[in-house]
Amino acid sequence: MPETIDQIFVLLKHWLMLHVPVALQPLCSAILSVIPVLLVFPLLFAITTVLERKGLGRIQNRYGPNRVGPFGFLQPMADGIKSLTKEDIIPRSADHFVHFLAPVLLVIASFLVYAVLPIGRNMVVANLNAGVLFFFAVGSMVELSVFMAGWSSRSKYSLLGAMRAIAQMISYEMPLVLSSVVVIMAAGTLSTVEIVNMQATYTGIFPHWYVFTPWGFTGFILFMIAATAESNRCPFDMPEGESEIIAGYYIEYSGFKFALFFLGEYLGMFATSAMAITLFLGGWAAPLSVLTWVPSYVWFFAKLLALIFVFIWIRGTLPRLRMDQLMNFAWKFMLPMSLINIVGAGIWHFMPAGFARWLIVSLIIVLSCVLLSRSLRRSKLFHARVYRFAS
Amino acid sequence: MTISFLLLAAITIIGTAAAMSLKNLVHCVLALTLGLVGLAALYLQLGAQFVGFTQILVYVGAVAILAAFAIMMTRSAEPTKTNESSSFGLSGTLIALIVFAVMAWAIYTGTSALQVAAPQPEASVHQVGVALMHNFVLPLEIIGLLLTAALIGAGVLAMEESRRAR
Repeated sequence: MPETIDQIFVLLKHWLMLHVPVALQPLCSAILSVIPVLLVFPLLFAITTVLERKGLGRIQNRYGPNRVGPFGFLQPMADGIKSLTKEDIIPRSADHFVHFLAPVLLVIASFLVYAVLPIGRNMVVANLNAGVLFFFAVGSMVELSVFMAGWSSRSKYSLLGAMRAIAQMISYEMPLVLSSVVVIMAAGTLSTVEIVNMQATYTGIFPHWYVFTPWGFTGFILFMIAATAESNRCPFDMPEGESEIIAGYYIEYSGFKFALFFLGEYLGMFATSAMAITLFLGGWAAPLSVLTWVPSYVWFFAKLLALIFVFIWIRGTLPRLRMDQLMNFAWKFMLPMSLINIVGAGIWHFMPAGFARWLIVSLIIVLSCVLLSRSLRRSKLFHARVYRFAS
Repeated sequence: MTISFLLLAAITIIGTAAAMSLKNLVHCVLALTLGLVGLAALYLQLGAQFVGFTQILVYVGAVAILAAFAIMMTRSAEPTKTNESSSFGLSGTLIALIVFAVMAWAIYTGTSALQVAAPQPEASVHQVGVALMHNFVLPLEIIGLLLTAALIGAGVLAMEESRRAR
C-alpha cells in the first residue's frame, strides 16, 4: 500500500497514457510530465510569499498580511489580480523588444531547470546523462536576462543594478559549481537521478546522505551561501538594494512583468534549494530507514520548505553586505574553501574507510577555514575604507 | 535532414547573420548568443550532451555577458548610424567563400562522407572524461597552465591600475 501511494502520480500517468493513441504518446507523456511542474512550483511561490511576509513580520515584531482571507493566506490572489490589472508602462526611450524579452527569458530559464530535479522516486521530467551540468548551464541564462532587463530599460538605476547583479552572479557561480563538484566526484555521475539513488541507502537506520561527511557538510554550507547570492537574497541583495538603487534591474518594469521577475527570482531560489537537496540532502530519500513508508515526494517538499524557511530566517536576521565585502568574500574565502574541499574529498576517496579519514579530512577543512579567515581578518581589521571615486 | 535539424540550423544562421548586420552592438551580442544557443542545440541533437551544455554554460553564461560588459565599458552603447562591418563587405565575402570552399572540399573528399550508415556514437560524459584523462591528458594540462598564466596576467594588470590610481 505505501508503495502505491508513493508511486501514485507515476501510475496515474501510465494509466492515462493507455488511453492515448500511440502516435501521440511521446507528446502526451512530455505534457503530462511538465504540467505538474508548471502548476506546483508557482503555487509554492504564492504560498512562500505569504509565509515570508508573515515570518518576516514575526521576526520584526509586527503583523504582516492578515486582511485577505483566513490569516491573510489569500494575499497572493489579491497581489496577482492587482499586478494583472495594473498598467504596463514601458519607458519611451527603452528598447521595446529586449525590454519585453527579458522577463520572458528569465521565466523560461527558471522553469527549464526543473526538468532535471527528481521530485520523488521515478518522478523526474528528464533523466539526463549530464543533469547537473544542464542545471548550471540553463541557470547561467538568468544572467543574460538580467543584463537584457537592465540595459534595455535605459535607466541609470537599472543599469547599475544589472551590473551589480551580474558581477555578483558570475562571482558566486564559481563556488556554487565547485562545491557541487565534490558530490559529482563521490557519486561518479552527473545524473541527478543516480546521485539521489546513491544516497537512498541506509546503514542501520541512518542514511548515506553526502551532508554527513566532512567534505559534504562543507560543500553544503558553501553551496547554500552561494545559492543565497545567486538568487539575490538578503544578505546578498545588493542588486536590488531599496535604499540605494530602488529595485535594481527591474525598476522600469510594472504590472505583470514585474510579477514575472518576482516569480523568476523565487523559482530560482526553489530550484537551487532543490539542487542542494538533491546533491547533499538525499533528494526524496527518507531521513531514517524506518520512515521510508512516507511517500518520497512528501520528503522532497518537506526538505524544500525547510530550506525556504532557512532563507526567510536569514533574510530577517542579517543586514545587507557592502559591494567590496561581497566580492572579497566570494573570491578570497568561498573560492579557496571550495577548492580545498575538493582536495579533502579526493583524500577521503583514496583513504580506507574508518575513523582516520574522518579525522584527517575534518582537520584539513577546519584548519584551512580557520587559517583563511584569520589571515583575511588580519589584513582587513584596522583599515579605514578608501572611497576611490567619492573622496 | 530532419525538421528539427533544419529549424536549429535556421536559428543558428539567422542569429549569426543578425550578429553581423545589426546596427546596435548590444543587439549584435544578443543575436550572437542566439546563434550560439542554436549551435548548442545542434550538438544536443547529435547526442553530445556534455559538449552542448558546456557550450551554453561557457558561451551564454560567460562569453556573451563579458562581451556585453566590454561594449558597455569601453564605448557608448548608442546605436551607430552605419554598420562598420559593411565597409569591408567585399573582402569579407571573398574570405567566407574561400573558407566555405575549403570546408566543402574537405567534407566531400574526406573519409567521413563515405560512412553514412555508421552507428551514431553516444559521447557520454564518462567517455569524455576518460578520453581527457587518458589520451589527451597532456593537452589538458597545457591548456590549464595557459589559463593559469592568463589569470595571473589579468590579476597583474588590474593591480597595476589600482596602484596608479592612488
